[in-house]
Amino acid sequence: MTTLAAPPIDLAPRLASGSLSDFPIPHGREEAWRFTPLDKVKHMLDVDPDAGDVTSEASGFVTVGPIDAADAGHWLPTDRAAVVAWVSAGTSVRVDIPADTAVEEPVIVHLKAQAARAHAHVDVRLGRHAKATVVLVHDAEADVSGNIVTQVGDGGDLTMLSILDESDDADASGVMSERVQLWHWPVQIGRDATFLGSAITLAGSVVRMLPSVTFAGPGGSATLLGAFLASEGQYLEHRILVEHEAPHCTSSVTYKGALSGEGTHTVWVGDVVVRRDAIGTETYEMNRNLLLDDGARADSVPNLELETGDIASAGHASATGRFDDQQLFYLQARGIPERVARQLVVRGFFVDVLTRVGSRQWRDAVLDRIAQRLGMEPELERELKADS
Amino acid sequence: MSTLKISDLHASVITDDGPREILRGVTIDVASGSTHAVMGPNGSGKSTLAYVIAGHPKYVVTQGSITLDGEDVLQMSVDERARAGLFLAMQYPVEIPGVSVSNFLRTSATAVRGEAPKLRTWMKEMKDAMGVLQMDPKFAERNVNEGFSGGEKKRHEILQLSLLKPKIAILDETDSGLDVDALRVVSEGFNAFREETGAGTLLITHYTRILRYIQPDFVHVFFDGRIVESGGPELAAVLESEGYERFITPATP
Ligand SMILES: Nc1ncnc2c1ncn2[C@@H]1O[C@H](COP(=O)(O)OP(=O)(O)OP(=O)(O)O)[C@@H](O)[C@H]1O
Ligand SMILES: [Mg+2]
Repeated sequence: MTTLAAPPIDLAPRLASGSLSDFPIPHGREEAWRFTPLDKVKHMLDVDPDAGDVTSEASGFVTVGPIDAADAGHWLPTDRAAVVAWVSAGTSVRVDIPADTAVEEPVIVHLKAQAARAHAHVDVRLGRHAKATVVLVHDAEADVSGNIVTQVGDGGDLTMLSILDESDDADASGVMSERVQLWHWPVQIGRDATFLGSAITLAGSVVRMLPSVTFAGPGGSATLLGAFLASEGQYLEHRILVEHEAPHCTSSVTYKGALSGEGTHTVWVGDVVVRRDAIGTETYEMNRNLLLDDGARADSVPNLELETGDIASAGHASATGRFDDQQLFYLQARGIPERVARQLVVRGFFVDVLTRVGSRQWRDAVLDRIAQRLGMEPELERELKADS
Repeated sequence: MSTLKISDLHASVITDDGPREILRGVTIDVASGSTHAVMGPNGSGKSTLAYVIAGHPKYVVTQGSITLDGEDVLQMSVDERARAGLFLAMQYPVEIPGVSVSNFLRTSATAVRGEAPKLRTWMKEMKDAMGVLQMDPKFAERNVNEGFSGGEKKRHEILQLSLLKPKIAILDETDSGLDVDALRVVSEGFNAFREETGAGTLLITHYTRILRYIQPDFVHVFFDGRIVESGGPELAAVLESEGYERFITPATP
């Protein structure tokens, strides 16, 4: 368990470019790559003519077609993995919610890799004053890198979930697929718009999930949530960047992770930058990690940079803790066997963040998966859910 | 009819500087239907005795024995002891984030009873038990002990007692931190439990005031890790008027 002293964030706007040559292959000492096991991902950091696309089925608000420059909108890649995905992907999966439309049912997008290595471009646009929930279900059976370019129109209200999990037909014994997943998730939030984005990361042997938020106008609100469960030597990295440039915007980041097993490693980096003009900003970020045994390691690095003091509030918290023996004793002293007691505590650890993801149905689905990964009896999980 | 038999119990707490002996030969029998008040000054080892009976991993027994109806309690895990019929109402109940009272109570009732209670009767059972303790039904939706006031924590402990119906109950300073009204309600909750089940009780307390609501059959003075004097309810009156001094002075060299 380590909480590292935060190095200062590079305040200069990041390089954004669609050209491969602008981003050299990282060597591992760069701040953004320093934790990542580069040897396991380097094949994804150069172009491979045999790589496939990531597609999905078209449906109500979803179209799938050849990628073109318009798919990027105002966005451009900001690192090597992103640019490789951008120049490699031939297909764009577009989710388009027209202005003034309220979509009741969640729009569910099942991503499908067409080859063992594949690149994705996902383009999510919510029109002005529209409201929708979009769920991206990743394909954990392939090495994938991709960008989820998200735009929330003025006054819009977008809820998104990114679910990275073993598919149902994957080996139920809990053995993790040896897969690499490198994702950028840039979100631009319009004036007075609301975004709630949750990253649920359960699968993958090496995962980098990088949500970033910018505000295109004042009054925007971003809530970024995350839950990750790592075991059996998985490497799961979540790196968040929130840039407050517009005034009177709000951001709230809450990530929780539980980890176990020799060599398992999770990384959470939360960079929040409040630029000079972003007066009235309200921001809070939090990461909590629960170590289930001594083999696993969690790095947690919150960074908050203020270029103005004229803000409403700013804070961050980060804590990595071991299993609490007092909690176990209390539950066991009520007759609850140790194994069940442990499961209750871990489930309880996640339940508050999962309750906020904006979909009861997906909260329950994720709780089911966590229960399954913890080896919990299905009846117990059913009982617990019936009651809450 | 059950008996918790504690004989010449010695136990140490595991600290960073190694083990430190706290209990120095405790002997007491608690049988069904009888209530034993154990009274002693701060730091005399009362909670240690309670924790050792419940099996807290921070303590090691170095000598002596604990049996419940002849079964060796010291060989049982914490949860086995609870399922065997022991219950400890804790002095400092623990917060369990994200676990609702209702989930917790049902999971523990299922464990202790060996099967999940029928949903309909369970709801009624819980409602009735909460009613006796004057607890708001909304309480069941809160997380275990999280943000509970001192009084709420103690009511919640007695609520568990009345639902789990142990053979032997150990109450560790259930009265401390309660105002007069709460003390009366909690005591009534306990008395209802005792009447219904005929359980035996070890009532640990620092003050005599709870004994106005819960009648003990025996009173024991606890000092320096052992029982130094035992008697009937009249002993509580002596403690009330004279304090612990008279009992502890000879023990101090
Ligand atoms: N974890 C521990 N580490 C070190 N010493 C401990 C620990 N737990 C208990 N002790 C010591 O053991 C002794 C007995 O403590 P215990 O809590 O059993 O007393 P008590 O009679 O319940 O006191 P109180 O009336 O304050 O509740 C005290 O001196 C206490 O400091
Ligand atoms: Mg005590």
